[in-house]
Amino acid sequence: MKPRYSIFSLARNAMNYHKDWERAWRSPAPKKEYDAVIVGAGGHGLATAYYLAKNHKMTNIAVVEKGWLGGGNTGRNTTIIRSNYLQDPSIAIYELARSLYEDLSQDLNYNVMFSPRGVLMLCQTQHEFRAFQRTAHANRLAGLDCRMVTPAEVKEIVPIINDDPNCRYPILGAYYQPRGGTGRHDAVAWGYARGADAMGVDIIQNCEVTGIQREGGKVVGLETTKGVIKTKKIGVVTAGNVSTVMDMAGVRMPIESQCLQALVSEPIKPVIDCVVMANTVHGYMSQSDKGELVIGGGTDPYNNYSQRGSFPALEHTVAALVETFPIISRLRMLRLWGGIVDMTGDRSPIISKTPVDGLFVNCGWGTGGFKAIPGSGWVFADTIANDRPHPIAEPFGLNRFQEGRLIDESVAAAVAH
Amino acid sequence: MLVVKCPVCGAEGDETDFHAGGQAHVRRPATTDPAHVTDEEQSNYLFIRINPKGLHFERWRCDRGCGKWFHAARDTVTMEFKAFYGITELPPADVIAQAKGQWAEYFANRLTSENKA
Repeated sequence: MKPRYSIFSLARNAMNYHKDWERAWRSPAPKKEYDAVIVGAGGHGLATAYYLAKNHKMTNIAVVEKGWLGGGNTGRNTTIIRSNYLQDPSIAIYELARSLYEDLSQDLNYNVMFSPRGVLMLCQTQHEFRAFQRTAHANRLAGLDCRMVTPAEVKEIVPIINDDPNCRYPILGAYYQPRGGTGRHDAVAWGYARGADAMGVDIIQNCEVTGIQREGGKVVGLETTKGVIKTKKIGVVTAGNVSTVMDMAGVRMPIESQCLQALVSEPIKPVIDCVVMANTVHGYMSQSDKGELVIGGGTDPYNNYSQRGSFPALEHTVAALVETFPIISRLRMLRLWGGIVDMTGDRSPIISKTPVDGLFVNCGWGTGGFKAIPGSGWVFADTIANDRPHPIAEPFGLNRFQEGRLIDESVAAAVAH
Repeated sequence: MLVVKCPVCGAEGDETDFHAGGQAHVRRPATTDPAHVTDEEQSNYLFIRINPKGLHFERWRCDRGCGKWFHAARDTVTMEFKAFYGITELPPADVIAQAKGQWAEYFANRLTSENKA
């Protein structure tokens, strides 16, 4: 068992000038065989491993990762956490995740800096206003703590917003989830990694999967750059690379990989203490604890595996936000990055068994995966351990595309997640 | 910034002058045999996509030029366009030869079926 992080361990380590902190996780060589192997050490993969060990006592498992853990979309998002989706299955899983975030720091003994600072989704057209009213009613029925707010309240919550009623897209109101907010994305990955590692899960980085071995319609092992690993259960959680990994097992996916960019400004004094999403004009913004404005927008419209986005998409996002927050027009941008998101046709995720026995897949989170990490890991672990879909995961099965049971969030969520 | 060239009117511009239209060569099964389309075929047509890391074939529209749809072959890692060709055409033979995985399989099937017909 690892020593707990606490004020006392901090004080004790201060005596030694912080030279003796233990490593947060090991870097083991892969064993010959595991009970289950998770492919992809991002937030979702690590959370799955953590809950497999914690809730289902499966500790002889491994997480393999082609790069470093948390280096994909987990480290590339804008850290927004909310659960006010339109459809019941979405509400169930995102609210499970949001509620798990509330005490995740205590559970993991790792500060994930969950900050329920409120998420404000602007209504800038009549259509959007009515669409959010509909979502608000759906969310109230599901018991979510959300409400519509007036333009005056919006101005009170976000004083820097442009409230000119004569601008191109005036603020007509907003949909507000006060219990939404942000978290520290890297800490979520690191916390789950440390927690899983402490229970005996092997996290194997720099280990790329090159093949999935099957015998008689069942998985029997993985070929990796660190050799063959035998296992009867594989959970593929590789976001933008899911099509290429699933192709190794002959499973074709309803996924397109596209690039989503985000950027941060130079740090400034606190100007905004909630998350604002402006879906009509395609931009969202919050302020990090360091003072940087964290900005995100829409995806590029074409397939991309390069983790570099296009300039027009960025210009579009920034132009929209300058219109919404005129105060930011002369800020300089510090860093810019892109992540490869896995888009499904209905913009809802896939958590599913597959036609291959023992092969499970969790993907399709598209532009909105970070907020779902704890819930996604929770239900996916249950699905893998019991070899049947968790009730919350069931609507998100691959078969929904054949049966026409789409969970349409593409209209409801507009562009931004 | 992608530089796109329309094979119909010859207009060249960046990606904002064009509209990306997703995967190319998706065939609607109900067009040829509406009575015998299985759920799987219909679902494949609507949702399943070839999503390669590397050479990809897609549809684009010449938004600010002639307005016509056309096809393009592009690498999804280097972003380099390999060919632009007409909406009813298959890619040039040398580009087909570079296709891998599901695309190689697709063109092999397509060429055999067309040779039979």
